[in-house]
Amino acid sequence: MCGIVGLFLKNEALRPDLGRLLARMLVEMGDRGPDSAGFAVYRRPAPEGSVKITLFHPDPAHDWAALAAAFARSIDRPAAAEPRGNHAVLTVSAEEGPARAWLAAHHPEVRVMGFGRRIEVFKDMGGPDEVARRFDLAGMDGTHALGHTRMATESAVTTEHSHPFAVGSELCLVHNGSLSNHNRLRRNLARAGIRFGTDNDSEVAAGYFAHRLQQGDSLADAMRAGLDDLDGFYTFAVGTRDGFAVLRDPVACKPAILAETDDWVAMGSEWKAIAPLPGSARARVWEPEPATVYAWGRA
Amino acid sequence: MITVDLELATVRELNQRLHDLPPDTNERAWTIVNPGGRHALLAGLTRPVSITVEGHVGYYCAGMNEAAEIVIDGHAGVGVAENIMSGTVRVRGNASQAAGASGHGGLLVIEGDASARCGISMKGVDIVVGGSVGHMSAFMAQAGRLVVCGDAGGDLGDSLYEAVIYVQGRVTSLGADCEEQPMADADRAAVADLLARTGIPGDPARFRRYGSARRLYHFHVDHADAY
Repeated sequence: MCGIVGLFLKNEALRPDLGRLLARMLVEMGDRGPDSAGFAVYRRPAPEGSVKITLFHPDPAHDWAALAAAFARSIDRPAAAEPRGNHAVLTVSAEEGPARAWLAAHHPEVRVMGFGRRIEVFKDMGGPDEVARRFDLAGMDGTHALGHTRMATESAVTTEHSHPFAVGSELCLVHNGSLSNHNRLRRNLARAGIRFGTDNDSEVAAGYFAHRLQQGDSLADAMRAGLDDLDGFYTFAVGTRDGFAVLRDPVACKPAILAETDDWVAMGSEWKAIAPLPGSARARVWEPEPATVYAWGRA
Repeated sequence: MITVDLELATVRELNQRLHDLPPDTNERAWTIVNPGGRHALLAGLTRPVSITVEGHVGYYCAGMNEAAEIVIDGHAGVGVAENIMSGTVRVRGNASQAAGASGHGGLLVIEGDASARCGISMKGVDIVVGGSVGHMSAFMAQAGRLVVCGDAGGDLGDSLYEAVIYVQGRVTSLGADCEEQPMADADRAAVADLLARTGIPGDPARFRRYGSARRLYHFHVDHADAY
């Protein structure tokens, strides 16, 4: 089991409430996964030419300001870190590749949780209520967000093994299910240059979609290709800079509910997750068909 | 009329209260408010009470129902009326997967759509769906009738035994050993009766009948590819 939720706002007036709404959705799914929880929020973009990198260090008192200052000195451009729990969002005036390479070379002790101009990713051990509070999810604004509450089956319970997995730029994935061909796929994707941080099966799906997007696929096309290449049980919710998509495997044994109003599109493992949203009683509610991609985007 | 608010009472308290009703109870009309998608509501009832749930329910609502008349004025999660024995369960919205799974008797009415595996392994229940059903519906269904006013998804009636399926709309594909069969007058009368009893609109003349070809009842090596 696991619980997954996604919320894509159509009405801009709700943006300040995004984190609060996602937190309520995630907490409703707490019974489905008490081991760890996490979320990815697409927020205001970093300035042109800059990138936001969400970093994790197990010590909540880690000196993020020193890391940012060292980075700024090395590139002679601004860099700032905004701590949040045992994570920090580092905004640097640099390209993604070189910025990640600098971190890998100088701070191998910190882990990259996600990167891109909009995405911020936070995840940790504990139930969704506790994790949402630790990172003040309720105080976060944004355009769309995904969340996950995990009951571990395929790999260890650690912060790194928690969802969402953000392997490519601006891309994140949450997964309910398990994959059976992830080891071979991981090796193939690694040869194609995708970097993985864990032995987790869901991270491979995130890497697979990241790779397809790098090859020029649209999000919907990448997910359709996944039907052939990903073997196992899954309900996926995937976020990109301006898009959101849901896919269930052809057997569709993992649950999913979609709901849409004029103000938002929401996805949850169960109706319970959607019930707290404003106007949910009048939403169009349906169960996504197996092997069918549902995608929303923003122009 | 007894009203139970699930923001105030727990599911366990509600179900226990209903289980404790004596056979000659006068507490026969109930309304449940704020169900909030909670699981296992109204499971295992055995008394002829009438219950309306105002809102959406979670998994396995009205499971094993015996005698009770239950209306869910909202959507239902996985396995609504699973193993229903008798009585009626009506869902005014959509039902999730495995609605009426393994039901032995009684009547399940879904006014909206039902998702995958509706009526899986049904053993005598009648199921009437106002909308469409998802893939693998009536999988291994043994007895009873499934009436679908909309369309049916892929692999309808896979490995079907003696349950009968009536579909008014399109069928994406038939599962192994399921075949279309002629609609006899008795079939039209059966559909007309079920539609009339449930108040679901439909035209009995437009339904098609699907049943078991009975080729897979006993293993025969010539049919090995059909499994």
